[in-house]
Amino acid sequence: MGKYILRRLIIALPSLLGISLILFILLALAPGDPFGELASNSNIPPEVRAALRVKFGIDDPVLIRYLRWLVAMLHGDWGFSFASRIDVDKLILQRVPTTLFVVGSSQILALTVALPVGVYAAMRPYSIFDQIANTFAFIGFSLPTFFTGLLLILIFSVNLGWLPFVYRTDIAATGWHWYWENFKQAIMPVAVLGLFQAASYTRYVRSAVLDVIRLDYVTTARSKGLHEGKVIVKHVVRNALIPVVTLVALQMPAVFGGAIVTEQIFRIPGIGSLLITSILANDTPVIMAVTFVFACLVIVFNLLADIIYGWLDPRISYR
Amino acid sequence: MAVASVVILALLTSAVVLGPFAWRLPINEIDFTARLSAPSWQHPFGTDDLGQDLLARMLYGGRISLAVGFAAMAVAIIVGTLIGAISGISRGSVDAVLMWITDLFLALPQLPLLLLVIYLFRDFLKNLVGPEGGIFILIVMVIGAFRWMPVARLVRAQFLSLREKEFVEAARALGATTPRLVIRHILPNSLGPVIVAGTIDVAAAIIAESTLSFLGLGFPPDIPTWGRLLFDAKDYLDIAPHWALFAGAAIFLTVLAINFIGDGLRDALDPRKVM
Repeated sequence: MGKYILRRLIIALPSLLGISLILFILLALAPGDPFGELASNSNIPPEVRAALRVKFGIDDPVLIRYLRWLVAMLHGDWGFSFASRIDVDKLILQRVPTTLFVVGSSQILALTVALPVGVYAAMRPYSIFDQIANTFAFIGFSLPTFFTGLLLILIFSVNLGWLPFVYRTDIAATGWHWYWENFKQAIMPVAVLGLFQAASYTRYVRSAVLDVIRLDYVTTARSKGLHEGKVIVKHVVRNALIPVVTLVALQMPAVFGGAIVTEQIFRIPGIGSLLITSILANDTPVIMAVTFVFACLVIVFNLLADIIYGWLDPRISYR
Repeated sequence: MAVASVVILALLTSAVVLGPFAWRLPINEIDFTARLSAPSWQHPFGTDDLGQDLLARMLYGGRISLAVGFAAMAVAIIVGTLIGAISGISRGSVDAVLMWITDLFLALPQLPLLLLVIYLFRDFLKNLVGPEGGIFILIVMVIGAFRWMPVARLVRAQFLSLREKEFVEAARALGATTPRLVIRHILPNSLGPVIVAGTIDVAAAIIAESTLSFLGLGFPPDIPTWGRLLFDAKDYLDIAPHWALFAGAAIFLTVLAINFIGDGLRDALDPRKVM
């Protein structure tokens, strides 16, 4: 198992480097440069501008700039935000917990809904429950998250007034009241993200369980007289979960992408909205750092998916 | 379900293509006396905050949204099939390199990079081809560039299994060159999963384009794609909900119909019915 993890790690690192290289080259190829606005400032004579360019090494070849950037990132020097005037890593660290909370809760919600519904639908295929579950799943992942978000805001915040629709990280309350306020404001974004994921997970769980439930060892377990619940949970679900778990881990990057949109709708101060605001504000160090963080998340979750898959299915790690 | 969806999609497409000929209100006729009015006989979908008729705007925007969806799917399928075919038919290092590139692209975070590329190259393409055409090309290429990987993997898997079959061996014994083998024999038989992936791609492309417009980074603001309509509508939710509802419902129905069609195609091409 250890060798398997090591092999996966060795593959993951070049991928991370490759992604960061692609990112950096994208930004290097883009027209315009950070000193563009200095050019219009008449206080700065052209010699000073040229000297600044040499000092910051803007005209050096791309690969040298990339290596310099990489070394700086690895040292922990993530740059200085043009727009927010603080160090980029502090800015990101401020916002990561919120995003992680929303995304994590939505995944937990998605799995809590999808697993029972998918398993039960597979236990009784083509029954009424199955048809209804399938239809809801289709509707669920055809509704774009921004539309469901807007609908929920319309119904619950505007018309009924039950839930706040602006997310605040500085709620002035303590104890149970604080938890209740947090819960109320987090319900809608978590529900939007979670139910969208739940829709596609339900279909995968259903088809994975359907693949397993007709196999011989399940029939053997039933004919041995085992309780149906035990058959389902101990034998069917354990084996059907293997592709599902891999799918969940592989979907995490897409969920973070979906979180970007949700954060815009509900005004949640997380990493996704940081990306959007920095793109609109032309704030290159923040854009680079946030996209790098997203790329790292993708690699980490792919790695996690491989490791969990190897742990759940011992046949994989012996290869 | 799938047949009903084909009908719905055909209706939507014909409405979008032929509609502007039947419903002749211009899309940018500003009429402040009719701002934010609810649906009425004069304006069946209501009006927006500038008094522009929403039905006309949605019909016009629908053309663009559907065009982006289908074009992006075409790009993704062409690139994916090309790379999958080359990878599948050749062994050894070409295959390994192409698969490593595919894995690398699969590991890229989609939405952040989409936003980044559009933001970086929007002005450049605008100067090159004009605002609408430039953005169209950019969005289609970028969305297509993120969706070719599953197609490539599918095609490669099909090639690897079809390559060992007898009819390929027979064709090779008859003296067929490799390109002819690929084009005339293997490729037509491997297109089943590709078609299913293609329908999913259209839905995903439409959603991606709507997301981009919703975040404000898609087409220029005066072009009323459905995502852009939602972006404009979200500030007026309490006083004019019909605006957001119609635009969102259009996206929802199109994507739902495409998903049902894809599911129906998958059932038709791979009937593993559970008894």
